[in-house]
Amino acid sequence: MLQDLLSILVKSIFIENMALSFFLGMCTFLAVSKKVTTAAGLGAAVIMVQVLAVPVNNLINANVLKADALVPGLDLSFLSFITYIGVIAALVQILEMFLDKFVPSLYSALGIFLPLITVNCVIFAGVSFMVQRDYNFVESVVYGFGSGTSWAMAIVLLAAIRERIKYADAPHGLHGLPLTFITAGLMAIGFMSFSGIQL
Amino acid sequence: MSDSVKVPTWKESLLEPLIANNPVMIQVLGICSALAVTSSMKTAFVMGLSVTFVITLSNLAISLVRNYVPNSVRIIAQMTVIASLVILVDQILRAFAYDLSKQLSVYVGLIITNCIVMGRTEGFALKYPPLPAVADGIGNGLGYMLVLCVVATIRELFGSGTWFGLPIMETVNNGGWYVPCGFMVMPPCSFFILGCLIWAVKTYRKDLQEPNEYDTHREDY
Repeated sequence: MLQDLLSILVKSIFIENMALSFFLGMCTFLAVSKKVTTAAGLGAAVIMVQVLAVPVNNLINANVLKADALVPGLDLSFLSFITYIGVIAALVQILEMFLDKFVPSLYSALGIFLPLITVNCVIFAGVSFMVQRDYNFVESVVYGFGSGTSWAMAIVLLAAIRERIKYADAPHGLHGLPLTFITAGLMAIGFMSFSGIQL
Repeated sequence: MSDSVKVPTWKESLLEPLIANNPVMIQVLGICSALAVTSSMKTAFVMGLSVTFVITLSNLAISLVRNYVPNSVRIIAQMTVIASLVILVDQILRAFAYDLSKQLSVYVGLIITNCIVMGRTEGFALKYPPLPAVADGIGNGLGYMLVLCVVATIRELFGSGTWFGLPIMETVNNGGWYVPCGFMVMPPCSFFILGCLIWAVKTYRKDLQEPNEYDTHREDY
Protein backbone atom coordinates (compact mmCIF):
# COMPACT_ATOMS: atom_id res chain seq x y z
CA MET A 1 0.00 0.00 0.00
CA LEU A 2 2.62 2.51 1.11
CA GLN A 3 4.86 1.32 -1.68
CA ASP A 4 2.12 1.99 -4.22
CA LEU A 5 1.65 5.51 -2.94
CA LEU A 6 5.37 6.17 -3.02
CA SER A 7 5.57 4.96 -6.58
CA ILE A 8 2.66 7.21 -7.60
CA LEU A 9 4.45 10.14 -5.97
CA VAL A 10 7.80 9.53 -7.66
CA LYS A 11 6.11 8.76 -10.96
CA SER A 12 4.03 11.91 -10.96
CA ILE A 13 6.94 14.16 -9.99
CA PHE A 14 9.70 12.85 -12.20
CA ILE A 15 8.59 10.33 -14.81
CA GLU A 16 5.33 11.95 -15.79
CA ASN A 17 6.28 15.55 -15.16
CA MET A 18 3.28 17.72 -15.98
CA ALA A 19 5.24 20.47 -17.68
CA LEU A 20 8.11 18.64 -19.29
CA SER A 21 6.61 15.30 -20.35
CA PHE A 22 2.99 16.23 -20.97
CA PHE A 23 3.49 19.93 -21.87
CA LEU A 24 0.66 21.14 -19.69
CA GLY A 25 0.25 24.65 -18.34
CA MET A 26 2.60 25.89 -21.04
CA CYS A 27 1.11 29.38 -21.36
CA THR A 28 1.90 30.30 -17.77
CA PHE A 29 5.03 28.11 -17.81
CA LEU A 30 6.52 30.29 -20.55
CA ALA A 31 5.01 33.61 -19.51
CA VAL A 32 5.62 33.69 -15.75
CA SER A 33 9.11 32.18 -15.62
CA LYS A 34 11.20 35.32 -15.83
CA LYS A 35 12.06 35.43 -12.13
CA VAL A 36 12.61 32.62 -9.65
CA THR A 37 10.62 34.33 -6.88
CA THR A 38 7.44 34.81 -8.93
CA ALA A 39 7.82 31.35 -10.40
CA ALA A 40 8.07 29.86 -6.89
CA GLY A 41 4.97 31.77 -5.79
CA LEU A 42 2.96 30.50 -8.71
CA GLY A 43 4.30 27.00 -8.18
CA ALA A 44 3.17 27.06 -4.54
CA ALA A 45 -0.30 28.23 -5.58
CA VAL A 46 -0.56 25.43 -8.14
CA ILE A 47 0.44 22.80 -5.58
CA MET A 48 -2.15 24.13 -3.15
CA VAL A 49 -5.01 24.13 -5.66
CA GLN A 50 -3.98 20.77 -7.10
CA VAL A 51 -3.92 19.08 -3.67
CA LEU A 52 -7.48 20.32 -3.13
CA ALA A 53 -8.95 19.94 -6.60
CA VAL A 54 -7.89 16.40 -7.43
CA PRO A 55 -9.26 14.69 -4.26
CA VAL A 56 -12.48 16.76 -4.27
CA ASN A 57 -13.15 15.87 -7.88
CA ASN A 58 -12.28 12.28 -7.04
CA LEU A 59 -15.01 12.22 -4.41
CA ILE A 60 -17.52 13.83 -6.76
CA ASN A 61 -16.62 11.47 -9.55
CA ALA A 62 -16.92 8.38 -7.36
CA ASN A 63 -20.12 9.39 -5.58
CA VAL A 64 -22.08 11.39 -8.14
CA LEU A 65 -20.90 11.11 -11.71
CA LYS A 66 -19.95 7.45 -12.10
CA ALA A 67 -22.47 5.04 -13.54
CA ASP A 68 -24.88 3.77 -10.84
CA ALA A 69 -23.22 5.92 -8.16
CA LEU A 70 -26.06 8.31 -7.36
CA VAL A 71 -29.13 6.43 -8.52
CA PRO A 72 -28.89 2.92 -9.99
CA GLY A 73 -29.09 3.07 -13.79
CA LEU A 74 -28.05 6.72 -13.98
CA ASP A 75 -24.79 7.52 -15.74
CA LEU A 76 -23.82 11.18 -15.40
CA SER A 77 -20.27 10.84 -16.71
CA PHE A 78 -21.09 12.96 -19.74
CA LEU A 79 -21.30 15.92 -17.38
CA SER A 80 -17.74 15.36 -16.19
CA PHE A 81 -15.94 18.29 -17.87
CA ILE A 82 -18.46 20.90 -16.86
CA THR A 83 -18.50 19.61 -13.28
CA TYR A 84 -14.73 19.53 -12.94
CA ILE A 85 -14.22 23.04 -14.25
CA GLY A 86 -17.00 24.32 -12.00
CA VAL A 87 -15.48 22.63 -8.96
CA ILE A 88 -12.02 23.98 -9.79
CA ALA A 89 -13.34 27.52 -10.24
CA ALA A 90 -15.25 27.31 -6.95
CA LEU A 91 -12.25 25.87 -5.09
CA VAL A 92 -9.95 28.61 -6.32
CA GLN A 93 -12.48 31.20 -5.20
CA ILE A 94 -12.83 29.61 -1.75
CA LEU A 95 -9.09 29.27 -1.35
CA GLU A 96 -8.69 32.92 -2.28
CA MET A 97 -11.21 34.03 0.35
CA PHE A 98 -9.70 31.71 2.96
CA LEU A 99 -6.17 32.99 2.38
CA ASP A 100 -7.35 36.59 2.34
CA LYS A 101 -8.94 36.11 5.75
CA PHE A 102 -6.45 33.88 7.56
CA VAL A 103 -3.09 34.08 5.81
CA PRO A 104 -2.97 37.59 4.34
CA SER A 105 0.79 37.52 3.84
CA LEU A 106 0.56 34.50 1.56
CA TYR A 107 -2.47 36.01 -0.15
CA SER A 108 -0.63 39.16 -1.11
CA ALA A 109 2.40 37.14 -2.16
CA LEU A 110 0.36 35.03 -4.58
CA GLY A 111 -1.55 38.05 -5.82
CA ILE A 112 -2.94 37.80 -9.31
CA PHE A 113 -1.73 34.23 -9.84
CA LEU A 114 -4.36 32.61 -7.70
CA PRO A 115 -7.44 33.50 -9.81
CA LEU A 116 -5.50 32.72 -12.99
CA ILE A 117 -5.02 29.14 -11.86
CA THR A 118 -8.61 28.33 -12.76
CA VAL A 119 -7.68 28.37 -16.42
CA ASN A 120 -4.33 26.66 -15.93
CA CYS A 121 -4.50 23.34 -17.72
CA VAL A 122 -2.34 21.58 -15.11
CA ILE A 123 -5.24 21.46 -12.65
CA PHE A 124 -7.75 20.29 -15.19
CA ALA A 125 -5.36 17.73 -16.65
CA GLY A 126 -4.50 16.45 -13.19
CA VAL A 127 -8.19 15.82 -12.57
CA SER A 128 -8.63 14.17 -15.98
CA PHE A 129 -5.65 11.88 -15.47
CA MET A 130 -6.92 10.94 -12.03
CA VAL A 131 -10.27 9.91 -13.54
CA GLN A 132 -8.64 8.13 -16.45
CA ARG A 133 -6.44 6.07 -14.14
CA ASP A 134 -9.18 5.30 -11.64
CA TYR A 135 -7.30 6.39 -8.53
CA ASN A 136 -8.98 5.93 -5.15
CA PHE A 137 -9.20 8.77 -2.64
CA VAL A 138 -5.83 8.36 -0.90
CA GLU A 139 -4.06 7.83 -4.20
CA SER A 140 -5.68 10.96 -5.59
CA VAL A 141 -4.34 13.04 -2.68
CA VAL A 142 -0.84 11.75 -3.36
CA TYR A 143 -1.23 12.22 -7.10
CA GLY A 144 -2.52 15.78 -6.65
CA PHE A 145 0.48 16.66 -4.51
CA GLY A 146 2.92 14.94 -6.87
CA SER A 147 1.64 16.46 -10.07
CA GLY A 148 1.46 19.94 -8.54
CA THR A 149 5.00 19.59 -7.25
CA SER A 150 6.23 18.41 -10.64
CA TRP A 151 4.92 21.53 -12.33
CA ALA A 152 6.20 23.84 -9.59
CA MET A 153 9.65 22.26 -9.80
CA ALA A 154 9.78 22.61 -13.56
CA ILE A 155 8.82 26.29 -13.57
CA VAL A 156 11.33 27.15 -10.84
CA LEU A 157 14.07 25.33 -12.77
CA LEU A 158 13.18 27.12 -16.00
CA ALA A 159 13.06 30.50 -14.26
CA ALA A 160 16.51 29.89 -12.78
CA ILE A 161 17.89 29.12 -16.23
CA ARG A 162 16.17 32.14 -17.78
CA GLU A 163 17.62 34.47 -15.16
CA ARG A 164 21.03 33.45 -16.44
CA ILE A 165 20.26 33.18 -20.13
CA LYS A 166 19.18 36.79 -20.47
CA TYR A 167 22.85 37.73 -20.41
CA ALA A 168 23.52 35.55 -23.45
CA ASP A 169 24.46 37.12 -26.74
CA ALA A 170 21.78 35.53 -28.90
CA PRO A 171 20.49 36.74 -32.30
CA HIS A 172 17.81 39.42 -31.94
CA GLY A 173 14.88 37.36 -33.17
CA LEU A 174 15.81 34.51 -30.88
CA HIS A 175 15.79 36.54 -27.70
CA GLY A 176 12.97 36.07 -25.21
CA LEU A 177 10.34 33.56 -26.13
CA PRO A 178 12.02 31.41 -28.83
CA LEU A 179 15.03 30.94 -26.59
CA THR A 180 12.73 29.92 -23.74
CA PHE A 181 11.12 27.34 -26.00
CA ILE A 182 14.48 25.82 -26.88
CA THR A 183 15.57 25.82 -23.23
CA ALA A 184 12.37 24.07 -22.24
CA GLY A 185 12.93 21.55 -25.05
CA LEU A 186 16.38 20.73 -23.71
CA MET A 187 14.95 20.36 -20.22
CA ALA A 188 12.30 18.02 -21.60
CA ILE A 189 15.02 15.87 -23.15
CA GLY A 190 16.69 15.79 -19.75
CA PHE A 191 13.49 14.62 -18.14
CA MET A 192 13.09 11.93 -20.78
CA SER A 193 15.96 10.11 -19.10
CA PHE A 194 13.59 9.37 -16.20
CA SER A 195 11.22 7.55 -18.52
CA GLY A 196 13.27 4.36 -18.37
CA ILE A 197 12.63 3.96 -14.64
CA GLN A 198 10.24 1.15 -13.81
CA LEU A 199 8.29 1.37 -10.60
CA MET B 1 -23.68 49.07 -29.76
CA SER B 2 -22.38 52.59 -29.43
CA ASP B 3 -21.23 54.27 -32.62
CA SER B 4 -17.80 55.07 -31.31
CA VAL B 5 -16.67 51.43 -31.40
CA LYS B 6 -15.53 50.43 -34.83
CA VAL B 7 -16.88 47.01 -35.67
CA PRO B 8 -14.40 45.05 -37.75
CA THR B 9 -15.79 43.60 -40.96
CA TRP B 10 -16.12 39.85 -41.15
CA LYS B 11 -13.32 39.74 -43.68
CA GLU B 12 -10.87 41.55 -41.41
CA SER B 13 -11.69 39.41 -38.44
CA LEU B 14 -11.43 36.25 -40.53
CA LEU B 15 -8.11 36.94 -42.22
CA GLU B 16 -6.18 38.80 -39.55
CA PRO B 17 -5.67 35.90 -37.10
CA LEU B 18 -4.56 33.56 -39.89
CA ILE B 19 -1.07 34.99 -40.38
CA ALA B 20 -0.67 38.58 -39.21
CA ASN B 21 -1.95 37.98 -35.70
CA ASN B 22 -1.68 34.22 -35.41
CA PRO B 23 -2.86 33.04 -31.97
CA VAL B 24 -0.08 30.49 -31.52
CA MET B 25 2.95 32.14 -33.09
CA ILE B 26 2.34 35.82 -32.40
CA GLN B 27 0.20 35.79 -29.27
CA VAL B 28 1.68 32.55 -27.91
CA LEU B 29 -1.59 31.12 -26.65
CA GLY B 30 -2.77 27.53 -26.62
CA ILE B 31 0.74 26.13 -26.61
CA CYS B 32 0.01 23.01 -24.53
CA SER B 33 -1.97 21.20 -27.16
CA ALA B 34 0.12 22.61 -29.99
CA LEU B 35 3.08 20.79 -28.47
CA ALA B 36 1.43 17.59 -27.40
CA VAL B 37 -0.74 16.45 -30.30
CA THR B 38 1.53 17.25 -33.23
CA SER B 39 3.40 13.97 -33.54
CA SER B 40 1.13 12.92 -36.40
CA MET B 41 -0.89 14.84 -38.93
CA LYS B 42 -4.12 13.02 -38.15
CA THR B 43 -4.27 13.99 -34.48
CA ALA B 44 -3.17 17.55 -35.25
CA PHE B 45 -5.84 17.95 -37.92
CA VAL B 46 -8.63 16.58 -35.74
CA MET B 47 -7.49 18.73 -32.82
CA GLY B 48 -7.45 21.80 -35.07
CA LEU B 49 -10.94 21.05 -36.33
CA SER B 50 -12.28 20.53 -32.80
CA VAL B 51 -10.78 23.79 -31.56
CA THR B 52 -12.13 25.69 -34.59
CA PHE B 53 -15.57 24.24 -33.92
CA VAL B 54 -15.47 25.20 -30.24
CA ILE B 55 -14.12 28.73 -30.79
CA THR B 56 -16.62 29.49 -33.56
CA LEU B 57 -19.69 28.33 -31.68
CA SER B 58 -18.63 29.76 -28.33
CA ASN B 59 -17.92 33.11 -29.99
CA LEU B 60 -21.37 32.99 -31.58
CA ALA B 61 -23.12 32.08 -28.34
CA ILE B 62 -21.30 34.64 -26.20
CA SER B 63 -21.77 37.32 -28.82
CA LEU B 64 -25.51 36.66 -28.91
CA VAL B 65 -25.92 37.03 -25.15
CA ARG B 66 -23.26 39.72 -24.68
CA ASN B 67 -25.79 42.42 -23.78
CA TYR B 68 -27.62 40.28 -21.24
CA VAL B 69 -24.78 38.79 -19.21
CA PRO B 70 -23.76 40.91 -16.19
CA ASN B 71 -20.08 41.67 -16.10
CA SER B 72 -19.49 39.92 -12.78
CA VAL B 73 -20.57 36.47 -13.97
CA ARG B 74 -19.19 36.62 -17.49
CA ILE B 75 -16.31 34.23 -16.81
CA ILE B 76 -18.64 31.56 -15.46
CA ALA B 77 -20.98 32.08 -18.42
CA GLN B 78 -18.11 31.65 -20.86
CA MET B 79 -16.82 28.60 -19.02
CA THR B 80 -20.24 26.95 -19.13
CA VAL B 81 -20.68 27.57 -22.86
CA ILE B 82 -17.17 26.38 -23.67
CA ALA B 83 -17.40 23.31 -21.43
CA SER B 84 -20.72 22.27 -22.97
CA LEU B 85 -19.27 22.58 -26.48
CA VAL B 86 -16.20 20.58 -25.51
CA ILE B 87 -18.41 17.84 -24.07
CA LEU B 88 -20.20 17.77 -27.44
CA VAL B 89 -16.91 17.46 -29.33
CA ASP B 90 -15.70 14.75 -26.95
CA GLN B 91 -18.89 12.70 -27.35
CA ILE B 92 -18.81 13.07 -31.16
CA LEU B 93 -15.18 11.95 -31.30
CA ARG B 94 -15.90 8.99 -29.05
CA ALA B 95 -18.82 7.96 -31.22
CA PHE B 96 -17.26 8.31 -34.65
CA ALA B 97 -13.48 8.25 -34.20
CA TYR B 98 -12.83 6.17 -31.10
CA ASP B 99 -9.15 5.44 -31.86
CA LEU B 100 -8.38 9.10 -32.39
CA SER B 101 -10.14 10.11 -29.21
CA LYS B 102 -8.03 7.54 -27.34
CA GLN B 103 -4.87 9.00 -28.85
CA LEU B 104 -5.87 12.56 -27.99
CA SER B 105 -6.75 11.33 -24.46
CA VAL B 106 -7.08 14.26 -22.06
CA TYR B 107 -6.20 16.88 -24.62
CA VAL B 108 -9.78 17.06 -25.96
CA GLY B 109 -11.00 17.98 -22.49
CA LEU B 110 -8.20 20.49 -22.22
CA ILE B 111 -9.76 22.58 -24.99
CA ILE B 112 -11.79 24.04 -22.09
CA THR B 113 -8.68 25.55 -20.59
CA ASN B 114 -7.17 26.42 -23.96
CA CYS B 115 -6.33 30.10 -23.65
CA ILE B 116 -7.25 30.83 -27.28
CA VAL B 117 -10.92 29.96 -26.75
CA MET B 118 -11.22 31.91 -23.52
CA GLY B 119 -9.20 34.77 -24.97
CA ARG B 120 -11.43 35.12 -28.01
CA THR B 121 -14.73 35.04 -26.14
CA GLU B 122 -13.39 37.46 -23.53
CA GLY B 123 -11.52 39.73 -25.90
CA PHE B 124 -13.72 39.71 -28.98
CA ALA B 125 -17.15 38.12 -28.69
CA LEU B 126 -18.11 40.14 -25.62
CA LYS B 127 -17.72 43.36 -27.60
CA TYR B 128 -18.88 42.69 -31.13
CA PRO B 129 -22.01 41.43 -32.94
CA PRO B 130 -22.38 37.78 -34.00
CA LEU B 131 -21.21 37.95 -37.62
CA PRO B 132 -17.70 39.30 -37.02
CA ALA B 133 -17.49 37.12 -33.90
CA VAL B 134 -18.12 33.98 -35.94
CA ALA B 135 -15.61 35.09 -38.57
CA ASP B 136 -13.09 35.80 -35.81
CA GLY B 137 -13.69 32.35 -34.34
CA ILE B 138 -13.16 30.63 -37.67
CA GLY B 139 -10.09 32.75 -38.37
CA ASN B 140 -8.47 32.00 -35.01
CA GLY B 141 -9.34 28.33 -35.24
CA LEU B 142 -7.83 28.08 -38.69
CA GLY B 143 -4.76 30.03 -37.59
CA TYR B 144 -4.28 27.56 -34.74
CA MET B 145 -4.84 24.63 -37.11
CA LEU B 146 -2.34 26.07 -39.59
CA VAL B 147 0.47 26.12 -37.03
CA LEU B 148 -0.47 22.67 -35.75
CA CYS B 149 -0.41 21.29 -39.27
CA VAL B 150 2.94 22.88 -40.12
CA VAL B 151 4.56 21.41 -37.00
CA ALA B 152 2.85 18.05 -37.51
CA THR B 153 3.91 17.91 -41.16
CA ILE B 154 7.56 18.42 -40.25
CA ARG B 155 7.40 15.90 -37.43
CA GLU B 156 5.51 13.19 -39.25
CA LEU B 157 7.37 13.54 -42.55
CA PHE B 158 10.83 13.35 -41.04
CA GLY B 159 9.90 11.21 -38.07
CA SER B 160 8.13 8.39 -39.86
CA GLY B 161 8.29 9.26 -43.56
CA THR B 162 4.53 9.54 -43.87
CA TRP B 163 1.94 12.30 -44.16
CA PHE B 164 -1.59 11.66 -42.92
CA GLY B 165 -0.46 8.03 -42.64
CA LEU B 166 0.34 7.86 -46.36
CA PRO B 167 3.93 6.83 -47.13
CA ILE B 168 5.79 9.74 -48.76
CA MET B 169 9.35 8.66 -48.18
CA GLU B 170 9.73 4.85 -48.02
CA THR B 171 11.46 3.99 -44.77
CA VAL B 172 14.25 1.46 -44.51
CA ASN B 173 12.04 -0.91 -42.54
CA ASN B 174 9.67 -1.13 -45.51
CA GLY B 175 12.47 -1.67 -48.02
CA GLY B 176 12.88 2.01 -48.91
CA TRP B 177 15.77 4.43 -48.56
CA TYR B 178 14.77 6.81 -45.76
CA VAL B 179 16.13 6.28 -42.28
CA PRO B 180 13.51 7.91 -39.99
CA CYS B 181 14.72 10.46 -37.50
CA GLY B 182 13.47 9.01 -34.24
CA PHE B 183 13.91 12.28 -32.41
CA MET B 184 11.19 13.91 -34.53
CA VAL B 185 8.40 11.79 -33.07
CA MET B 186 9.57 12.39 -29.52
CA PRO B 187 7.70 15.12 -27.62
CA PRO B 188 10.58 17.55 -26.87
CA CYS B 189 11.13 18.01 -30.59
CA SER B 190 7.98 20.10 -30.88
CA PHE B 191 9.56 22.67 -28.56
CA PHE B 192 12.43 23.14 -30.97
CA ILE B 193 10.26 23.30 -34.08
CA LEU B 194 7.85 25.79 -32.53
CA GLY B 195 10.75 27.81 -31.07
CA CYS B 196 12.40 27.99 -34.49
CA LEU B 197 9.11 28.94 -36.15
CA ILE B 198 8.65 31.83 -33.73
CA TRP B 199 12.29 32.78 -34.26
CA ALA B 200 11.70 32.90 -38.01
CA VAL B 201 8.57 35.01 -37.60
CA LYS B 202 10.39 37.41 -35.28
CA THR B 203 13.32 37.75 -37.64
CA TYR B 204 10.91 38.64 -40.42
CA ARG B 205 8.78 40.98 -38.32
CA LYS B 206 11.14 43.29 -36.49
CA ASP B 207 8.32 44.98 -34.56
CA LEU B 208 7.75 41.83 -32.50
CA GLN B 209 11.32 41.42 -31.32
CA GLU B 210 11.88 41.62 -27.60
CA PRO B 211 14.69 44.02 -26.75
CA ASN B 212 17.75 42.53 -25.10
CA GLU B 213 17.42 43.05 -21.39
CA TYR B 214 21.13 43.24 -21.21
CA ASP B 215 23.41 44.74 -23.81
CA THR B 216 26.27 42.28 -24.16
CA HIS B 217 28.20 44.62 -26.46
CA ARG B 218 28.49 47.40 -23.92
CA GLU B 219 31.81 49.16 -23.79
CA ASP B 220 32.26 49.22 -20.05
CA TYR B 221 32.85 45.56 -19.30
